[in-house]
Amino acid sequence: MHLSSDEVVFWQRGFVTINLTLVTTWGLMLLMVGAAAWGTRHLKTGLHPARWQCALEIIVSGINTQIEQVGLPQPARYIGFIGTLFLFIALANFGIVLPYYQAPTGSLSTTVALALAVFIAVPAFSISQMGLRHYLKTYVQPTFIMLPFNLITDASRTLALAVRLFGNIMSGGLIVAILLSIAPLFFPVLMSLLGLLTGMVQAYIFAILATVYIAAAVTKTPADQPAPTAE
Amino acid sequence: MDSITTIAMISIIMAGFTTSIGIITPALSEGKAVAAAMSALAQQPDASSTITRTLFVGLAMIESTAIYCFVVSMILIFANPFWNHVIAAHK
Repeated sequence: MHLSSDEVVFWQRGFVTINLTLVTTWGLMLLMVGAAAWGTRHLKTGLHPARWQCALEIIVSGINTQIEQVGLPQPARYIGFIGTLFLFIALANFGIVLPYYQAPTGSLSTTVALALAVFIAVPAFSISQMGLRHYLKTYVQPTFIMLPFNLITDASRTLALAVRLFGNIMSGGLIVAILLSIAPLFFPVLMSLLGLLTGMVQAYIFAILATVYIAAAVTKTPADQPAPTAE
Repeated sequence: MDSITTIAMISIIMAGFTTSIGIITPALSEGKAVAAAMSALAQQPDASSTITRTLFVGLAMIESTAIYCFVVSMILIFANPFWNHVIAAHK
């Protein structure tokens, strides 16, 4: 029994390691890119678009609505990042319906990478929206005493994002593996269904937390300046 | 008792305690949060999407404390650093 898919190593030279997590991640990425390219080949504007186009439009507009409701008025700017996060995590967690599949989100390296992406994206969006000086100013609000606490907030929420996703998916896989060895007929199936639900909820939560952090960073204004008007 | 037995015993006992104690408070607080969200939904059904989203985000925050406890107990059982050290010293 493997605690994480990092332990299944296919190829190793020096510090470069190709393990199951990497292979699964790249497989998922190829699948998503291929499906998106195939689905958007013949886009139509008429009344009867293809089924694929309908499905993609539902997904895109649904994510757009969610981003808008959190408080980002221009979702088109953020959907590339947030939508990708959501779709990747959701697909990675959904894959547990396949036999011999180990979710790459059940490995701490993948989830730390995703959390670091959020950690970098939040200041990137904030700086591109408001400028570097304005962004740095938000760290010393309301007084400069809060500077270390604001820094701790950034670090701890990145850690929390990574450990939450890892813990949920890893525990789901572990519980199914343990149950398979003691009650191998019906009960593991039920726990897999619960794992599917948890996986979808975790994908939603990861994406919505990233959106909330970005929205907080983009709309946060120092006390001595008026709030930026919606463009 | 040799040191491997002691470390194994204490690790397993502490893993059980970590999980059980660490799950009590998140369970209570999640129950409180859901109850508050339910009464808010009953009073203002129009704001259901906002309440539900905030509830999910808050539940995720609460739940992560339980997940931390779970991860710590998993480390105690499967990746105990003291255990690995003692086993490596015995070889």
